[in-house]
Amino acid sequence: MPRSVKKGPYIDDKLLLKVEVMNSRGEKQVIKTWARASTISPDFVGHTIAVHNGNKFIPVYITENMVGHKLGEFAPTRLFRGHGGKLADKRSRP
Amino acid sequence: MARISGIDLPRQKRIEVALTYIYGIGHPRARMIIEATGVDPDRRTGDLTDEDVNKIRHEIEDKYKVEGTLRTEVSMNIKRLMDIGCYRGLRHRRGLPVRGQRTKTNARTHKGTRRAVAGKKRAPKK
Repeated sequence: MPRSVKKGPYIDDKLLLKVEVMNSRGEKQVIKTWARASTISPDFVGHTIAVHNGNKFIPVYITENMVGHKLGEFAPTRLFRGHGGKLADKRSRP
Repeated sequence: MARISGIDLPRQKRIEVALTYIYGIGHPRARMIIEATGVDPDRRTGDLTDEDVNKIRHEIEDKYKVEGTLRTEVSMNIKRLMDIGCYRGLRHRRGLPVRGQRTKTNARTHKGTRRAVAGKKRAPKK
C-alpha cells in the first residue's frame, strides 16, 4: 500500500539539509547515507549520493528519472553469483 | 464489419464482450463505453448499425489508450526502470518477478518454461 498523501513523501531530514546547503553553495560532493528508505526529491538531481547497502556505500548519480523512487532501490543488498560450479565464473556479475 | 482500433471484433458475440478483444479494454471499460454511447449491450456485434459502431469508435479514440499506443507506453515504462538501474529494473533485466514474489519455486510465468539444470539427478528409488 502506498504512503498516505497527507503525510507527503518521506525524505530524510538530514540528507535534505545537506543537499540544500550544497545547492546554495553551488558545490558538489558525494554524501554518504544510510537513509535507504528516503524518497529522492527533485533537489537531489545532479548530485551523487553514496547509499549504504549493508556492506559498503554504492555511489548513485541522481538523474531526473529517479525522482520519486527510494534511494535503496539503487543499491542492491544481495549479490547473486549464480548457481552451480563451472558455469558460475562466467555468469558472475561484472 | 466492425473494425475498431485495428482489431476485427468477433461478430457473433455480444458487443459488451466483443470489445474486450481490444488490448486495453476489459469488462469494466467495455461496460463504461457501452453506457456512455447508449448502445444495447446485448446486441451482437454483427447486428450493430454503422452509426453505433462509429459512436463506439469515437468514444474509444477520445478517452482511452488502447493497442499500439498502450503497448508502447507499457514498454517505455519498463525501459525507464531498466535504464535508471533501480531494483525493479534489474528484475526486469533478469526476467525474474518484480514485486517480491518467491523464486525458490513457482514464478514460472515470468521466468518462462523450465530449463534443465546440469548435474541434477532424480532421487533414487527405495
